[in-house]
Amino acid sequence: MSTEPAASGQTVAQGQPVASARPAAVSVAGVGKVFASRKGTDVTALEAVDLTIAPGEFVSLIGPSGCGKSTLLRLIADLDTPTSGSIEVFGKTARQARIDQAYGIAFQQAGLLPWRTVRANIELPLELHKVGKADRAARSSELLALVGLSDFADKYPDQLSGGMQQRVAIARSLAESPGLLLMDEPFGALDEMTRERMQTELVRICAETGAAVVFVTHSIPEAVFLSNRVVVMSPRPGRIRDIIAVDLGRAEGRDEGLREADGFFEAVVAVRESLHGESAGAPAARGVDIR
Amino acid sequence: MKQSASLPRTILAPVLLGVLAVALWQLAVVALEIKPFVLPSPVSIATEFSSSVSSVWTSSLVTGANALIGLLIGAIVGIVAAIIATVLPITDELSAPLVAAASVIPIVALAPVLYTMFGADKETARQLVAALAVFIPVYLNTLRGLRQARPVHRDLMRAYGASSWQATRAVTLPGAVPFLFIGLRIASSLAVISALIGEYFGGPIGGLGKSITSAAASSNYSLAYAYVLGAIILGLVFYVVTLGLEKIVSPHRAPSTGP
Repeated sequence: MSTEPAASGQTVAQGQPVASARPAAVSVAGVGKVFASRKGTDVTALEAVDLTIAPGEFVSLIGPSGCGKSTLLRLIADLDTPTSGSIEVFGKTARQARIDQAYGIAFQQAGLLPWRTVRANIELPLELHKVGKADRAARSSELLALVGLSDFADKYPDQLSGGMQQRVAIARSLAESPGLLLMDEPFGALDEMTRERMQTELVRICAETGAAVVFVTHSIPEAVFLSNRVVVMSPRPGRIRDIIAVDLGRAEGRDEGLREADGFFEAVVAVRESLHGESAGAPAARGVDIR
Repeated sequence: MKQSASLPRTILAPVLLGVLAVALWQLAVVALEIKPFVLPSPVSIATEFSSSVSSVWTSSLVTGANALIGLLIGAIVGIVAAIIATVLPITDELSAPLVAAASVIPIVALAPVLYTMFGADKETARQLVAALAVFIPVYLNTLRGLRQARPVHRDLMRAYGASSWQATRAVTLPGAVPFLFIGLRIASSLAVISALIGEYFGGPIGGLGKSITSAAASSNYSLAYAYVLGAIILGLVFYVVTLGLEKIVSPHRAPSTGP
């Protein structure tokens, strides 16, 4: 299992911007995060994390609770600051990238504003950044069509199902056509059927927008189905245990049939073995959590 | 959907219970020969109410005006104070003991003092009593609402690089509105109660409170109860109007949704 990024042409050396090549979507170098607790016992959430994500690449972070996968995502989003190391997003510091709206973000909770219509929720980031009314309306119509909610533009969040709310949240994260999407267990609260449909839709949306994605999940099949690479993390302190390249073909080819393909199962087993250490053999793969 | 299905039930059941209770009351007064000064019968109260409906109406206007002025003053001051306490937490820390004290004192107890301060021939004391009673729930609930911003919304605003004023306008203020209305709903009834009870301690005649005491003093118990009925209706009107306002202003934000 290689811990090197999959061969996808991103060879930009850190800190040395190359004019001709596009900078990596995300470049995490030697990042650590320590949370100071009140009793003086510091909690090391992340330690020595290195990760480079190419433009357009879909990378999942997977691991048990407390392995720091959400923390890593929050650091990339500049919602928290790392204790050590550096993070660059499209060649800029994480802070500058946040201010420049280089990424879109979605959380496990849809986090829609209940007093705004679906359309107004999607337009919120555009409104905050002073995009004109007509442009806003055009963009939100586009996004509503993309997530299949055109008929619900004037509804309020409390009139929508959980899956629909999450689709609105995804549309909102795409509002400013970001080159990077950060998603923190966006389907974690959805039922199984909705979840699989949302995954298929996300694959399609990513293919259409060409955005790189960092996707935090605790579901092995979800990570495998969506990703180009799966980053397996281990807890206490959180660090990267393995990076598994999943070669299931480009996004356009991913559909429901893939969930039953041999390559899919092989990747699921590989991720599972990595997650559980070396002990899990092939027979144990039958008990894999196919969620 | 669910509401409309159970609508007949939610309305019919309490009405039925009310009718039953009134019928039992009437039966008890007649059968047990209860004296009017102990408890007048519903029929005699209703008769008295309909014959003196105009004086109940004018009394309600006096008390209602006091309650409304108090409600407006108390609500505005409460909202402004809550915003100041949110922006400058030090003011909250300074005023916390005062607010705690004010919320346990029965505000109407201040009425006699206020009458001497502002003159016993003025309605000012009653309006102030109502305003003070209104201030507490409006202030406390608005403050709570302003501090209620959900972590996911805070993260979103940071992710959008929103300025603190933008975040306040987009998330904090609209998010506090449902809580403000919880405060207003409590306050609307308190305003009527306080304005009315304030009349018991002095001041000019003409309001519901004074009318109740004078009717009772002249042994006209049915009339006293007719004014009490007027007070109940006035309180209900205040409550329902506030509730209606809430439904118009924020039809899609139940404060209970979300953790």
